[in-house]
Parts: sequence; C-alpha cells; structure tokens
Amino acid sequence: MRKLKIFFFFLFLTLTFLFALNDVFAQEESEAPAPPSQVEAFDTPNDNGHSITVSWRLSADDGMGKNNVVAYEILRFDSPEGEFEVRGMAPAGAGIFEDQGAKDKKSSNFLPSHKNFYYKVRAKSDGIYSDSEVSPPAQAYGQWFHTGKSVVLVAVIIFSAFAMVFINLARKGKELFIRPLAGIEAVDEAIGRATEMGKPILYIIGLGSADMIATIASFTILSRVAKKTAEYQSDILIPCYDSVVMAVAQETVKAAYQEAGRPDMYKEENIFFLTSMQFAYVAGVNGIMLRERPATNFYLGKFYAESLILAETGSLAGSIQISGTDEIAQIPFFVAATDYTLIGEELYAASAYLGKEPVLLGTLKGQDWGKALVIISLILGALAASFHFQFFLNLFRVQL
Amino acid sequence: MRRVLPFTLVSIAGFFMLIQYFIPREEFEWIYEWTLDWIIVIGCFAMLLGLYSLTYVSVNKVRRKTPGWGYNLIALAGLFFMLIVGFVPGQESLVRGSAFMHLFEYVYIPVQASMFSLLAFYIASAAYRAFRARTILATILLVSAIIIMLRLVPLGPLSSINQWLANFILTVPNMAAKRAFWIGVGLGATATALKIMLGIERTYMGRD
Repeated sequence: MRKLKIFFFFLFLTLTFLFALNDVFAQEESEAPAPPSQVEAFDTPNDNGHSITVSWRLSADDGMGKNNVVAYEILRFDSPEGEFEVRGMAPAGAGIFEDQGAKDKKSSNFLPSHKNFYYKVRAKSDGIYSDSEVSPPAQAYGQWFHTGKSVVLVAVIIFSAFAMVFINLARKGKELFIRPLAGIEAVDEAIGRATEMGKPILYIIGLGSADMIATIASFTILSRVAKKTAEYQSDILIPCYDSVVMAVAQETVKAAYQEAGRPDMYKEENIFFLTSMQFAYVAGVNGIMLRERPATNFYLGKFYAESLILAETGSLAGSIQISGTDEIAQIPFFVAATDYTLIGEELYAASAYLGKEPVLLGTLKGQDWGKALVIISLILGALAASFHFQFFLNLFRVQL
Repeated sequence: MRRVLPFTLVSIAGFFMLIQYFIPREEFEWIYEWTLDWIIVIGCFAMLLGLYSLTYVSVNKVRRKTPGWGYNLIALAGLFFMLIVGFVPGQESLVRGSAFMHLFEYVYIPVQASMFSLLAFYIASAAYRAFRARTILATILLVSAIIIMLRLVPLGPLSSINQWLANFILTVPNMAAKRAFWIGVGLGATATALKIMLGIERTYMGRD
C-alpha cells in the first residue's frame, strides 16, 4: 500500500513537471519575434511611377534566434502616424517587397506619383507579431529612361550606324556584293511562266495583321511582283485574311500598276477579302488554286498551321511555288512542299534584292555587319562564360 | 508630294514606338495604349470594307456565272444567313444555346476541324518528299527524323541511347540553327523597320 502511495506521489510530481515544462515551451513559442529593422522605402527603378520598393533587415528571429518568423507583412500609410494598411506579404527570409500600385485613378489599388508614403514591416509568428519602426517617406515617380534596356539601345545605335554607313557608301556609287538568293532569282521566271501559260499569279500574304513586320515585308515584295505582272500583263490574285491587309494590298498593287504605266490593267476585284477564320481561309484559297490553276503561287508573310495545306494543294495544282516566312515552325513545311523558300530574314531582304537599288542594298550590307558583330559577341560571350568573366556577361543582360 | 504626309506619319509613328520602348513613363504608356486602341478601331471599320469586298466579288461572279460561281453563292448564303441569325430580335446571339452559337459550334467548328485534320495527310506526303535520301543532306535529315520519332517508342536497351541522341539533336544542332534564325530575323526586322521609318523603303506606297 505504501509503495502504491509512493508511486502515485512520484507520478503526480512527474506529471506536474511535464505540464510545467510544456507551459514554459508554449510561452516561449508564443513570444513575439524580434521586429525587422532598417526599413527603407524608395521609388522602384525603371517603372511608370506607380510603385515603391520596400527593403528591411530581417528579424533576429528569422532563421535564427527563436526562429519563429513565418512571414512579413508590409504596411503603408500616407502619414507616419495613423492606421497603416496592409499592402502585401513577403515570406520569411525575404528582405524586399515591391508595392506595385495601379495607375488607374478609379482603381482601389491606385498609387499616386509624387506623394509621400510611409512604410513599416511586421514580422509575423503564430498569431502574434512585432512591428518595425516607420520608414522615412518615399515617393513613386516615372523614369525618363529604362536603364535595364541600355544594351538594346546600344545595339540599335550600332546597327543603325552600320546601315547608315553602307547606305551612304551605296549612294556614293560603291559596288556592294550581296549573296544571290535562288528564291528571288526565280521570281522573274515564275511571272514569265504565268504570262506564257496565260494563267494568273496567286499571292498569299498570310495570316498576319498589317502591323506585323513579316506582313510589311510582304507588302514591299508585293509591290515589286505587281509591277512585274503589270509589265508582263499577267493577272495577280490576292485573297486576304485581314481587311486592313486587303486595303493596304489594294493600294500597293494600284501604285505598282501606275508606276509600270499600266493603271488600266489594275483590277480591284482581284484583291479581295475572303474570311478571317484560319481554316475557312485555307478552304477558300485551296478552292481558288484548284479552280483557277494559277501558274505561280507566292506565300510570303506570316503563316501558321495552314502553311503545309496551302503549299501541298499548290503543288498538286502544278504551280511553281515561292514561299517565305519568319515563323520557324513553318519553314520545314515550306521547304518540303514549295520550290523556293525565303528563310526568315531573307523575306525581309527580298524587296531590296528585287529592286537592286543601291540604297536598299546598303541596309542589307549593314545587316551582314550586324550579324558579324553578333557572332563576335557570341564567341566572346562563350569564352567569358567559360572563364567566369561575369562583368562581360552582365553587359548583355536586359531587364524588361 | 501627295505621299509626303503618309511618309511623315509613318516616320513619326515609327520613331515614337522606338522611343517609347526605352521610356517607362506613364504618359508614353498612355499614348502607346491609345495607339493600340486606334488599331482596333481601324480594324473594326476595315471589317466593313472586307464585307463589302467579299459581297461585291461574290455577287459579280454569281451575276456573270463565272466558273465555280456556285461556291460564291454558297459563301453569300452562309454570310447572310449567319448575319440574320446573329441579329434575331430578343435573343442574345453570343450566349451558349442561341441559334447563332449552335451554328457556330455544330457546323463551323466540325468543318474547321475537318480542314485541320487534313494536315496529317499532307504531312505524310510532304515527309515522303522531304525524306527521300537522294543527297547527303536529305539522308542526314532522314536519319535525324527517324531518331527523333523513335524517342517516344520503347526500344528496350536501345531506348537510352536513342534518347540521348534525340536530346543531342534537339538541344545542340537544332537549337543552334534556331538561334541563328532568330538572330537573323531580329536584325532583318530592325533593318526593315529602319528602312521604312527613314523612308528608304517606300515601294508599298508607290513612288513620288
């Protein structure tokens, strides 16, 4: 009996000790973490003037000490005293936060430019927290130059300088050699074939809108092709996918016919809108190919999944086909199914090739020098990366 | 002289777009967005031009009974039928279950899918032509294609070797060619933009 009493006494003591210990730990856990310090707010660089970046030194209990910080809450107010509003959260270990506001005045998230804001950062633990001191005031304002894009600006200036130098050289009468392109040299032959066969030429500008560079390049080629069709007295059919493209194509062809001295031959109904649905357009163009049996098909511009269907149908119809696009996924289809393909930049260069005007050839030469510079930079970049020469690599870093 | 104004507008718009890329200020963003809105507005009005063009060409072909005029008749019938169904009074046309959406979902989409599925057959015939091993380059293309296609097929112990080869083709020669392509396209696009902005390339507007 006595032994049993002693046993219960010790059991009671042990349980009391364990409960006390548990309370001590629980108290320690619920203790507020140390507050973050050195809170600074400053205008976010390279932005439109509606963002402020906040930085702070981590709480002493973040990753060390009591190690009980789970997140930081960032609070803002337009006065150092008052009811601060929560602007966002940052995870434990993070010492920076971008308070991105909206530029629309009607938005609840609107952050006005040139107005003082004060920030404090709250280190949060399980239900309890501690606040930092309030930061000095900060204002958001827009910048006049995006420093993260400096390398792009330098590249544009260098490239433009190359182009201008060669344009001037060409103007002074210097002979510029450019590599011949089979696809371009076949244009005359293709138009001549259409004339001999008494069949029309089909020119497809693609599915791009008028603001795409491939479509613009296609317009410049169309002008040259249309001039030749006017001289050779062939018909040119241009079914369009976009009505703006149709309007521009009509003007381009009309101007080319006037320039060739054959405005009477221009037929506006040959440049028409078909549809702006991808596969309905394919069906329409394929129908034209199989009914009209054009002698020559040009596919120059922006093309997507329809490229192969068009090119294969043209091939079945027995037409000579010249294609060109800057869509890399469609190049293999065009190479496989058409007679000549202008690959990527060749599409942009085609107009200069066809016109053979020295000024236009000058830009091509400038382009070649630009490529040479890119190749040199690539070699130097590979060497710099291999030897951990970070400074050189950072020169090419672009921040968007 | 009548082209001076369009060229000036093109140059101003081109240079503005170039400059605004480097200036993150709100005013420039606003003008940029406003310009993009204008493109949408012009596109909407140009759609009327497109409709006029389609109707004019189709009606003329039907009237003159040119070969294949029946297709134009069907195109016209489809155009006006959809227009009428889309404007049925008292009915929202772009909601699920409307007559317009029924026609779109159960007529147009299956027809479009049929057109798209033709691509599989065209790929087969184009691949046959492209993969004929007549030259060294065509043979390399054929062998590469076989390796890439077989990477998804279980080949037992050969799978790991084929996988390695396929990855090598995709990440080394293929990626190198793609990057060269993109660099060329980037430079070409810049050159084209420069030619147009400076008025060197003006063929698309005719000449002075």
